[in-house]
Amino acid sequence: MGVTGPRLQSTIFEKSHPGRGGGKIPHPPKDALERLPAAARRAAPPALPQLNELEMVRHYVNLSQLNFAIDTGFYPLGSCTMKFNPKVNEWAARLPGFAGLHPLAPDATAQGTLQILWELQEILAEISGMAAVSLQPAAGAQGELTGILMIRAYHRSRGDHDRKEVLVPDSSHGTNPATASMAGFRTITVPSAPDGGVDVDAFRAALGPRTAAVMITNPSTLGLFESRIGELLEAVHAAGALAYMDGANLNAILGRFKPGEAGFDVMHINTHKTFSTPHGGGGPGAGPVGVGPLLVPFLPAPRVLRNDDGSFRLERPGERPTSIGRLRSFVGNTGVLVRAYAYLRAHGAEGLMEVSQDAVLAANYLKSRLVGTYDIPYARHCKHEFVASAASIKRATGIRTLDIAKRLIDYGFHPPTIYFPLIVEEGMLIEPTETESVETLDAFADALITIAAEAAASPELVHDAPHTAPVRRLDEATAARQPNLRWRPMTGVETPCPD
Amino acid sequence: MPYGPHTAADRSRMLAAIGASSIDELFDDIPATLRASRLDLPAGMPELELMAHLQGLAARNRTDLASFLGAGAYRHYQPPAVDQLLLRGEWYTAYTPYQPEVSQGTLQSIYEYQSLLAELVGLDVVSASHYDGAAATAEAALMTCRATGRGRILISRAVHRHYRETLSTYLSGGDLELGEVPVVVSGPAAGTTDLAALEALLADPDHPVAGVLAGQPNFYGLLEPMAEIGRLAHAAGALFVAVIEPVSLSVLAPPGAYGADIAAGEGQSLGIPAQYGGPYLGILACTDALIRQIPGRLVGMTTDLDGQRAFVMTMRAREQDIRRERAASNICTNQALLALAASIYLATLGPHGLRDVAALGAARAAELEATLIDAGAGRLHPGPYLNEFVIRVPDARAVHQRLLERGVLAGLVLADVEPDDPALADGLLVCATEVTTSAEIARFGAALQAELGGSRWA
Repeated sequence: MGVTGPRLQSTIFEKSHPGRGGGKIPHPPKDALERLPAAARRAAPPALPQLNELEMVRHYVNLSQLNFAIDTGFYPLGSCTMKFNPKVNEWAARLPGFAGLHPLAPDATAQGTLQILWELQEILAEISGMAAVSLQPAAGAQGELTGILMIRAYHRSRGDHDRKEVLVPDSSHGTNPATASMAGFRTITVPSAPDGGVDVDAFRAALGPRTAAVMITNPSTLGLFESRIGELLEAVHAAGALAYMDGANLNAILGRFKPGEAGFDVMHINTHKTFSTPHGGGGPGAGPVGVGPLLVPFLPAPRVLRNDDGSFRLERPGERPTSIGRLRSFVGNTGVLVRAYAYLRAHGAEGLMEVSQDAVLAANYLKSRLVGTYDIPYARHCKHEFVASAASIKRATGIRTLDIAKRLIDYGFHPPTIYFPLIVEEGMLIEPTETESVETLDAFADALITIAAEAAASPELVHDAPHTAPVRRLDEATAARQPNLRWRPMTGVETPCPD
Repeated sequence: MPYGPHTAADRSRMLAAIGASSIDELFDDIPATLRASRLDLPAGMPELELMAHLQGLAARNRTDLASFLGAGAYRHYQPPAVDQLLLRGEWYTAYTPYQPEVSQGTLQSIYEYQSLLAELVGLDVVSASHYDGAAATAEAALMTCRATGRGRILISRAVHRHYRETLSTYLSGGDLELGEVPVVVSGPAAGTTDLAALEALLADPDHPVAGVLAGQPNFYGLLEPMAEIGRLAHAAGALFVAVIEPVSLSVLAPPGAYGADIAAGEGQSLGIPAQYGGPYLGILACTDALIRQIPGRLVGMTTDLDGQRAFVMTMRAREQDIRRERAASNICTNQALLALAASIYLATLGPHGLRDVAALGAARAAELEATLIDAGAGRLHPGPYLNEFVIRVPDARAVHQRLLERGVLAGLVLADVEPDDPALADGLLVCATEVTTSAEIARFGAALQAELGGSRWA
């Protein structure tokens, strides 16, 4: 934050001043566009803002300071794994040899990047215990769609057209049922067991000849390892269905549990969670998908292959007719994958095991600090994250989890994920990650404990929080009822081209 | 572990507080029969070695060639301000703006992105971003199916093959039908969407069409009769989706002006490096009438409790975390940082700078065409183009390979992309932009002339 603190900014359109800017592009010849038919031409230039570079730079620097980010503070957003984003990875992705490479460059001219992608396929296959990996999906949700479409292709390849259902637990990420719908399946939601785990008996009862797949997050979205997962996977396969693992929580189990070895048929990996690629305020990500032997033929195209002579190449169009096809243009979010590769090579096997150990240690430590102040609905050892609940505080004081989350902002922390998973009353899902020091964890626990005391002593202080953020709580209802989704600039103002 | 803070003493203290005797104890809930085999990976590398390793790999890519490759990803001038601003940790190390009070930077930047793109495409509703042009195009097609209740999509064969393949994958989930509209084979309109064929396909009463998709410029760089295509689509009760390239919209009529209901396309050309395919920027925009059908995040303007102007994610009832299996799409993570890059790019260049980018690209392409014709190539299609076109040379694949050995990347061998289309067998798709130099064009011309031995093919 600057010396004067962050300030709200007028929009870039309001800062525009006709006639400013320029000096970037050489002037084109006057007749450059003469060959275009008049019907295809734009009548008037778009009303884009006109700023000199300094005003533009200040706009974006000042706007940036209104953001909370990992680089500014502790960001324990459960299910999102907001760990440190190493700077060397940003450097790597920007090396001209990587950044400047065209996606249709002939294989012989792209050997460096192809080698990275091939090695990354191998490394992720080893970590996930899967037979093969596709790097194509652009994000976790697209990885899910890839996985479920492969499962569908598998059943169809066996002449099995009756499997129309996908089972998900009620604690799943919203992307799971949304993915099932996109892939043409009906979602069956199965309630969780009282201990927070997958209710294996309920799943057994729901499984049948119409089940195409089950989608399981393990560790679960409560941060708990599904100890009966072996039993569940047996039942799934006995019913002729396949098992999808949502890999959002892979950060807890590196080197401890390989989903493919345990019997999962397919999983996605969120590189922007486990492998530290930055999340960019909402994206980009990358959602590589690993598959067991049954699904290898259906992987999206193109894969990266190694030739007998040790060089690398992309699969050719049509080379593998069983593929489900493409999910996007070109190979994948290569720039993101280069960062993930750098992270993986920096760690090696030992470093990755330490990542999970320290992530789990930090979560259990933070949980131990909150026992007695907050409800901890599931008391056993958690993995990389845990759920705390303000249900008792709410009954005693009327202060809700939402209020506590907003009050954390005043203490300099990003709130945890709140009201997810939906099955916990007044839940907050807290994920500290392995890169936060014990001093930071203590300061966060102290803040949560102080806020609990404030809820009793001066509830209005908590209820009206945040007090120190650039804005107070927002009118979201009006935003949705009367949507204003774009600036209406310069109506009637001429912005003639200076030529 | 290279990035962790914990000392042995820290770990002991934490274990004591937990009441566990070892870290292994924290993993006791993984049944013994399911525990992982040894993690078999190369040892970790200190940062110094890692950097040398990565530099070595980057050096194995050939980015020194005179490149005329476009075909959906374009080499452009990138103002240094774009990347320097993106490198602020407040931008790139933030998550999705779920807590608006501490995310006004990201939220306002997305609102501004929506507004900037709305100006370019001439449609009022712009999503906060999708994965890339192909995925955005597929989502656009799904929108038309939801909006019309119909199950058949028609896409021009002159749209990028990767987009058509992506569309086919996305449609397969819902058992939706995909038809391709052929392109005109000869005459002045060669290489553009065949309007008569489109009209015939739209006339099938048993298979009503939800959406018609065509590109402007199309994959071959040619200008399509978009208004005509839109009229035919609308006459049949279908929606019209324009697949666009945003730099061109500084000089070409925007989708909103020729009646498109939806615009989708690749935003990579707005200041985003080629980086072997991504991360790019999927643009998706629609008319107000389709606002409930558009997938992906939307940011709206509102006020806070004190009446200050502020921004927030809105109309969330379309999204997967609220609506689950009834959501408009499963999209969650998008390409927010690339939308920011595009905004900074547009704010840096302004309306005239962007026009100059498009116009200079057109001028370079005209220079390229004249040079290549002079060297003995012909043009495959006679129609007008902006900055990309197809040349014919005998034995195109072999010529392309030999030019590569001369340091010239002579565009795309069309037979590699469309092996079954005999009309494209001799085609190379070549492109020029504002960064293409006259020296590079001369090098291409000289190398081609040497290959063709001066024989005129046109």
